Amino acid sequence: MTWVNAVIQGVLLGGQYALIACGLSLAFGVMRIVNLAHGDLAVCGAYLGLVLSSALGVPVWVTLPLLLPTAFAVGALLQVTLFARALRHGVLAPVLVTFGLSVMIENLLQEAATSDPRGLNGGSLALASFHITSGITVSWLFMTAFLTACAVLSGLQLLLSRTNWGRQVRAIADDLDTARLVGIRVRPLFATVAGIAVATAALAGVFIGTIGTFDPLAGANTLIFAFEAVVIGGLGSLWGTLAGGVALGVTQVVVGQVNQAYAVLAVHLLFLGFLAVRPTGLFTAPSSRLGALG
Amino acid sequence: MTTVTVSRWSRTATASTAVAVVVVVLLAAVPYVLGGPAEQPLITLLTFVAMASLWNLLAGFSGLTSFGQHAYLGLGAYALYLVAAHGVNPWPGIAAAAVIAAVISLPVSMLVLRLSGGYFAVATLVVAAVFQIAVTLSPSVGGTTGVSVPGLAGYSPVLREALIYWATLVVAVASVAGVYLLVRRTFGLDARAVGSDPVAAASLGVRVGRSRRLAYLIAAGGAGAVGALIALQTLYVEPTSVFNVQYSVYMLFMVLVGGMGTIEGPVIGALVLFGLQEALSSYGAWYLVIVGGLAAAATLVASRGLWGLVSERFGWSLLPVGYRVLPKRKA
Amino acid sequence: MTAPLLDITDLDVCYGDFQALFGVSVSVAPGAATALVGANGAGKTTLLRTIAGARFPTSGTIRYRDADLTTAPPHRRIAQGIALVPEGRRLFPSLTVEENIQVGAAAAASKQWPLDRIYATFPMIAARRAQRASTLSGGEQQAVAIARALAAAPALLLLDEISLGLAPRVVEDLYQTLAEIKFAGATMIIVEQDLQRAMATCDHLVCLLEGRVALNAPVANLTRDQVVAAYFGDTTT
Repeated sequence: MTWVNAVIQGVLLGGQYALIACGLSLAFGVMRIVNLAHGDLAVCGAYLGLVLSSALGVPVWVTLPLLLPTAFAVGALLQVTLFARALRHGVLAPVLVTFGLSVMIENLLQEAATSDPRGLNGGSLALASFHITSGITVSWLFMTAFLTACAVLSGLQLLLSRTNWGRQVRAIADDLDTARLVGIRVRPLFATVAGIAVATAALAGVFIGTIGTFDPLAGANTLIFAFEAVVIGGLGSLWGTLAGGVALGVTQVVVGQVNQAYAVLAVHLLFLGFLAVRPTGLFTAPSSRLGALG
Repeated sequence: MTTVTVSRWSRTATASTAVAVVVVVLLAAVPYVLGGPAEQPLITLLTFVAMASLWNLLAGFSGLTSFGQHAYLGLGAYALYLVAAHGVNPWPGIAAAAVIAAVISLPVSMLVLRLSGGYFAVATLVVAAVFQIAVTLSPSVGGTTGVSVPGLAGYSPVLREALIYWATLVVAVASVAGVYLLVRRTFGLDARAVGSDPVAAASLGVRVGRSRRLAYLIAAGGAGAVGALIALQTLYVEPTSVFNVQYSVYMLFMVLVGGMGTIEGPVIGALVLFGLQEALSSYGAWYLVIVGGLAAAATLVASRGLWGLVSERFGWSLLPVGYRVLPKRKA
Repeated sequence: MTAPLLDITDLDVCYGDFQALFGVSVSVAPGAATALVGANGAGKTTLLRTIAGARFPTSGTIRYRDADLTTAPPHRRIAQGIALVPEGRRLFPSLTVEENIQVGAAAAASKQWPLDRIYATFPMIAARRAQRASTLSGGEQQAVAIARALAAAPALLLLDEISLGLAPRVVEDLYQTLAEIKFAGATMIIVEQDLQRAMATCDHLVCLLEGRVALNAPVANLTRDQVVAAYFGDTTT
């Protein structure tokens, strides 16, 4: 029964990975930017949650109405000031700049918060769990994280397919040059996309911080897991990101049942395996958008 | 009708090559003339020069922005430990470590070179993570605790320091000169074409895959040699210090601030980093904040780096890699 | 003499070190259809894209309805009433036909061409409105591209080689539709390789040769030989 339990836990964990990954996927699909500071921005979200929930004396969930718009604003600001400029300097510039940004954020956090691991106050939700059968216990927190991920992905999918904004964003992702020509205002749209990317990252960071602990250097591994989920799931597919996240989560938990020390390595090897065998991921037809991988 | 010649060299280049040779000779004499206290900082500086030149081969000339070269630094360090533990003399051991690193990088390249740009960059981080985890899970190389490097007990500290110094000098010179000579050959032109536009390059017959792979292998081998040097220096190899992403941050800084895609740039970047390190060593994490910030700023503000600013202003090219069109001198 | 709708004066356009247009001056009267001809590389697409705002000229002015639009961004030009049907159609492949058209209305200033009217004008694509644009035939894609530009309710419609790669029958249908659009009051500049069709459809003809205006006259005053001479730069005529 423990295997079934492990798979269920892995699937739920996958939701968290999908949540951190969807912003990365969106930013790359629309703006062709791989934000190497994405993981660090998620960790910033966790720290912001810590500051707000300690200051207000409430569980971190209550701070979300303040935290998420702040994260959105930060993302939009970064886009307008930094990423847009970087894009003008060539294809490699955003990669270099975001890496530099990542280094800055990690070390600023170290100076500000020390390298002690922290946890977030999840209130009563963090402690509650329910039983499916004897032997399978699911924490409400894990469940909420997974459901939140599904809700966010659905929401994004709806926005993209049903709204004017979504149509224009998809047009930009298809052909930036022509999108400009037909009168789409690219700059504001990029800003909103970047804002959403950072807001989802911050939300993911809050979950990560509540479920486990976080420290200034946690962003690096977060970025790697997000990236692996995107590649395994297939670029350009939001639901693929969920599949990728689940693949990661299940691998991590199931291997962890056998030997905890090998869990993370197994995840990385799964990613490398996909790279070797099916580099376009689970949900992209092999021949389409090959150029999208770089 | 004016006719033109295409020139790959210049009088300045001859002069600067001569100066470079003199500098290397002087550096080689340091252990005899200045001794121990001068060697230590120079070893750091020369290590920086080697790392920067090799990273420039990858990112500056081939468009491969790898943030995981520290994977091969660590690999080289552990490779040196292994060959030394099997009785091999540490000095040829450095070469062995370079070869081992290059060999291991071949199958890795088959995977990561399927990506490019930002995705390639993150994939290199994954590779580094895998190497590090693999080492911590292997008791034969000390796991998380690390191992001490054998084989140097027979040398007196003064001699050992001097030998490490010379070895570092050799690796640094080999890195700079090696990249320089490589880039001046067809490989260099191919690599730069691929770096700017792989599709266009392929349509002209450039073997895109081969070019990038060669750059990746050479950079890995070079990093392996540098890693071996680090192992010899610290005499103790331990995963978190030798697989530290900080090395990659340094490489990024040196090449961006010094000047991507030139031979002179990384050397200048190494000097700047060295100076910064001396000046800011007591400032803790702020040091890295400044390093990261300056690297990002350089990309946005001075994308050709310090050397780029200077060479554009004055038209200098000390170690030219390109082609210049000049009016033909009347006979 | 009515004021021109579009007045281009002394336009120079460069791609880095390469100059594509040299001192181009063209005037387009409202309601007129102007043919823009010339060999490949003559600068026709560059001129249309500069009018649409994809590039800014290095010198010269573009005046539209008495406003200086030389450095205006594309969305402002669309709002003013200029729309481009780009060379090669350039539809958004992952969007449906209807979404492509809707996106074209992004910056539109008026609702003169709502979806119904567009579908009435292009019945062949109405049936395919929910299909992905990339699954359509060449002729249908060209129709969608024109429809997308129409959605912006332009007063000035720029069309870049709409007959490229299409069967004659399909081209015939497209030009029929263009005639209807012209009748509805749109001014047009049409880049067309087929000289016969260009001269048959349009009132005015501009010929470019290596980035310069080689010929600029009403079609009625021109013979085919004159146009061919200007096209190839034959100065012996």
